[in-house]
This record gives sequence, C-alpha cells and structure tokens, in this order.
Amino acid sequence: MTGVPMVLAEKVSKNFGSNRVLRGISLEVDPGEVLCIVGPSGSGKSTFLRCINHLEVVDGGRLSVDGQLVGYRQKGEKLYELKLKEAAFQRQEIGMVFQRFNLFPHLTAVENIILAPMRVKKISKAAATVRATELLERVGLGDKGDAYPAHLSGGQQQRVAIARALAMDPKLMLFDEPTSALDPELVGEVLDVMKGLAKSGMTMIVVTHEMGFAREVADTLVFMDDGVVVEAGAPRQILSDPQHDRTKAFLSKVL
Amino acid sequence: MSEPESDRMIESEPDRKHRDRSGQDTDNSPAEAIVAIPLRHPWRIVIAVVLLLGLAVFVLDAAQRADYGWPDVGKYIFDRRISQAAWVTLWLTIYSMIGAIVIGLLLAIMRLSPNPVLKSIAWLYIWIFRGTPVYVQLVFWGIVALIYPVFTLGIPFTTPWVTVPNEIFTNLFITAVIGLALNEAAYMSEIVRAGLLSVDEGQAEASTALAMSWGQTMRYVVVPQAMKIIIPPTGNEVISMLKTTSLVAAIPLSIDLYGVSRGISAVTFTPVPLLIVASLWYLLFTSVLMVGQHFIEKRFSRGTGRIKSGKAPAAPEPAPTAGPGAPGAPLGTDFGGKG
Repeated sequence: MTGVPMVLAEKVSKNFGSNRVLRGISLEVDPGEVLCIVGPSGSGKSTFLRCINHLEVVDGGRLSVDGQLVGYRQKGEKLYELKLKEAAFQRQEIGMVFQRFNLFPHLTAVENIILAPMRVKKISKAAATVRATELLERVGLGDKGDAYPAHLSGGQQQRVAIARALAMDPKLMLFDEPTSALDPELVGEVLDVMKGLAKSGMTMIVVTHEMGFAREVADTLVFMDDGVVVEAGAPRQILSDPQHDRTKAFLSKVL
Repeated sequence: MSEPESDRMIESEPDRKHRDRSGQDTDNSPAEAIVAIPLRHPWRIVIAVVLLLGLAVFVLDAAQRADYGWPDVGKYIFDRRISQAAWVTLWLTIYSMIGAIVIGLLLAIMRLSPNPVLKSIAWLYIWIFRGTPVYVQLVFWGIVALIYPVFTLGIPFTTPWVTVPNEIFTNLFITAVIGLALNEAAYMSEIVRAGLLSVDEGQAEASTALAMSWGQTMRYVVVPQAMKIIIPPTGNEVISMLKTTSLVAAIPLSIDLYGVSRGISAVTFTPVPLLIVASLWYLLFTSVLMVGQHFIEKRFSRGTGRIKSGKAPAAPEPAPTAGPGAPGAPLGTDFGGKG
C-alpha cells in the first residue's frame, strides 16, 4: 500500500526500571488495516498499545502515528518532548478501549459519550447528543442512552465504551483485551461490533486472546513474547503453520 | 433504584422461595419450629443495674450540690449574651470550614499534580499546619498584628511605595477564621486527597485517552466520583470544628460561646453553671450536626455513584467500579488528635 502508514514502529523499547518490557518492536499498520496482537501475558502487548497513544512514554526507537512522532517533536537532529496539551491533541485521533471498560460510573451512557466531544472539541451539547444517539444505535444500544454503567451488562458497557471512543472521530482505534473481562456469553456482542467497525474501514490494533476473531477479522496477526515480535503475517498462515517454536508452544495452549 | 422498590424486592423474596419449594417437594407440611431455651446473659443485667445505680447516685448528689448552681444554669441558658455568643460560634464554624474546604481542595490537587513545585508547596504547608498545635497557631495569629503592623509594597530595604495598616489581623473575628481555616485546611486536604486517590486509576486513564486535559479529567471525572468519599468525613470535621472554635480564646477572641461563658462567670464567680450552659449549647449544635451527618452518610453509602434514581432494569450487574467501600479508601475519622 502506498502513502504514510497509520502506525509505524521502529525498534520501540520501553523499560520499567530494570524490567525491559519492550525490546525493539518494529511493525507497520496501514490505513484501514486490522492488526491483532496475541501473546502470553507479560509479553508487552498492552504496554505497546499504551505507547501508541502516549499513555506510556517510549524509551527508545521511533513510534509515529499517521506520520507524526508520538509524544515528541523533531527539529533537526533533536527531539523535543511535547507539551501536555500537544500530547492531548495527538490523542484526539486515537480511540482506546480498555479491558475493564473504564466507563465513568457517575454519568449515563450518553453523558459518557458526549463528555470529551463537548469539553475537548467544544461541540455543542445538542449536536454531541445527536451524535451519541447515533453511535449508541450503531453498537446496538439505542435504548440505553439514559442508563448508568452499573445498570448495564459487561458487554453493554464495553459497547458504550467503543461508542465513547468513536465519538472523537478517531483515525485509529486501539483495543486492549476488550473481551477479557467479559462473561463468555457476552463476548460475541462486543466482537460483532468490532467486526462491523473493521468492515467500515477503521484502522484497528487489537490485543486479544480471541483467536477466532483474529483469524476472521485481522489482516495481520502479530505474535509477541518477551517484548519482541516473534512472528507476524497473515493470521491463517500463522495460526495453521507457525514457524517459530515459541509461537507453536503458545498456540498449542490456546487453540 | 429507589427506596420503595428495593423494599418490595426484599419482601417478596421469602414468598418466592416458598412457592418454588412447594412446587418441588412432596412433603408440603412446614418443618417443626425449633423450641430451645435462649442463651442467657446474666452479667449484662448485673453490670447494667450497677451502672444505673451509680448514675442515679451521681445525679441525685449533683442535684443537691450547690456548686453546680442549677438555678444559675436555668437563668443563663437562654441569656441573650449566651445565645448571641452561640451565634458567633456557629458563624466561626461555617466561615472556617468554607475556607478550609476551599484551601484543602486546592492543596490536595496541588499535592497530586504532576508539578513538583506545587507538590512541594502543598507538602510543606501540610507539614507545618498539621505538625503544630492549633492552639499555638491561634496564639501566633493573635500576635501577627504586632509583628507586621503594616503591609508594604515595594523593593525590599528601600522606602516602600505603598503602606497599608494591617487591619486584617487587628479584627479578631477575621483573625480567628483565618487561623482556624488555615489549620483545618491541612486536615481537609488529606480527606480530599484520600477521596481523589480512591477513584480507580482507569478512570483518569480513560479520560486522558479521550484527549481530556489533566484539569478536565480532575473536574469532570475524578472529583465528582471522589465526593462520596470526601463528604462523610467532612461532616465529621464540621462537628470537630464547632468544638475547636472554643480555642479562639488563645487569640484572644472572647465573643464566642466559651469566651462569653467564661466572661460571665468571671463576674458572677459561678464557673460551673456557665460551663454547663456552654456545654449544653455545644451539645445542641453537635446533635443537630450528627443527625445531618447520619443522613449524609446514608445518602452517600448507597450503591455506586448514581445521582438520579434510574428507570433502569431491576437487576443491575455488579459494577466493576470502586464503590464507597472500596479497598484503599480511608475514612476521614482516623486523622484524629489535633490541638
């Protein structure tokens, strides 16, 4: 594909103290592509995802979204850390969905969705509410606008969280194990929404344990272990014919 | 969920169980009720009787002792000077608490901010004001007007451009409010901080990921959720402040309840009845506040942070968010011992 990749990671590394969580991650995500990241827990998947929208600061390598360096500005040879405001501005284009939903419990579904568009993008409440209702319908919750998160099932909460992220009109959506905290019978409804989103052409990076979803929806599957990309490629190929021993060992446990 | 709804649910519970079981069991006759002799607690009764007797002896004795001056208690309890002084005490409490809450909120946010300068200032403030007795602080504020008789503006060690006489600290009521508020702010900031910390980290993270600034995250996401942790111990602090106002004698301000009681007794040489009068007024106020506190705590210990009563479905999922009983949510009551 031509043009600028949506996400470009070049030897990205991240340490927590002496613990090297990411040890040189290089990958590329094109616009409209769906990338699934799988791997054992502690392999750095979530950390990498959080680096992409600057919730974590990268220690080494280069990470850029849509051609813009994440968290830094380059002037000549030197890198300058971005101001908090500028970092926040970058995040506007990146939606994120969390494992534990992280809906705001004191706000209704609609209020959850309209908060950031109103406060960050300064959209009027009326316009934001219209958009929120549309988004709720899109995730199949048109009638739940006035419900507080505590009154929604886990699956419904996660769908509201997806609608909340979409309300900022992101170019890129990050999903951090979006179905891991759900009861098994609720996983399907969330995956369906994500499939619809992928079909609509959204660029997505999904950290997941749902191999079926990865096989069906992902354009690229990445297997991460111990802070490095062990194997990447077409999901069917990796799932059916893994090349690396570590991939084989992992897949034999989860498939 | 509104109150009556939940009541109905609880009532209907045994009925349903009973029906379910009678549908399955072949034997429909109810099980025989247990007839047993309940465990006796003879010592409780003995101790209670002994204590009541002791109390009765004390009351009968006190009623006859001249030192208590009961006629004087009756005479001064509704004395105009006393009720006016009670009014002063009430306003001292209100103004000081408002000041303390505002400064405390500011300090708590400063302490949690990513800015190391603000953090250090807040830490230093709390260190000083929580680390010295409130009585000593009040004495100090009382003599500030002597240390700084005028406020000046200008370049240090040259003739000042503007000179304003220090009228703030010559007004003893304002001095008392400032002294009490600055001290209490240190405690309030810890209460607010505990409230802010009780909000799940994921909340701030989700807000940040939505591109909201730190200030917006605090204002729209964290502080509203922290309120239910902050408000009950704040009620406690109000009650505590009401009594702490008696220390303004250190400034010395003597128009509050305790001050006026002492003033009257200094003339009449009847200290005991006036102490009783003052105590009764303090008790009246704290009792009213305790009732208010009870309702506030009831209001804020309900469920998760739902403000409006919902038209929502009757069977809510357990929310994944931190409730009021969340671990790591310290209560404000254990900051104790001041003054």
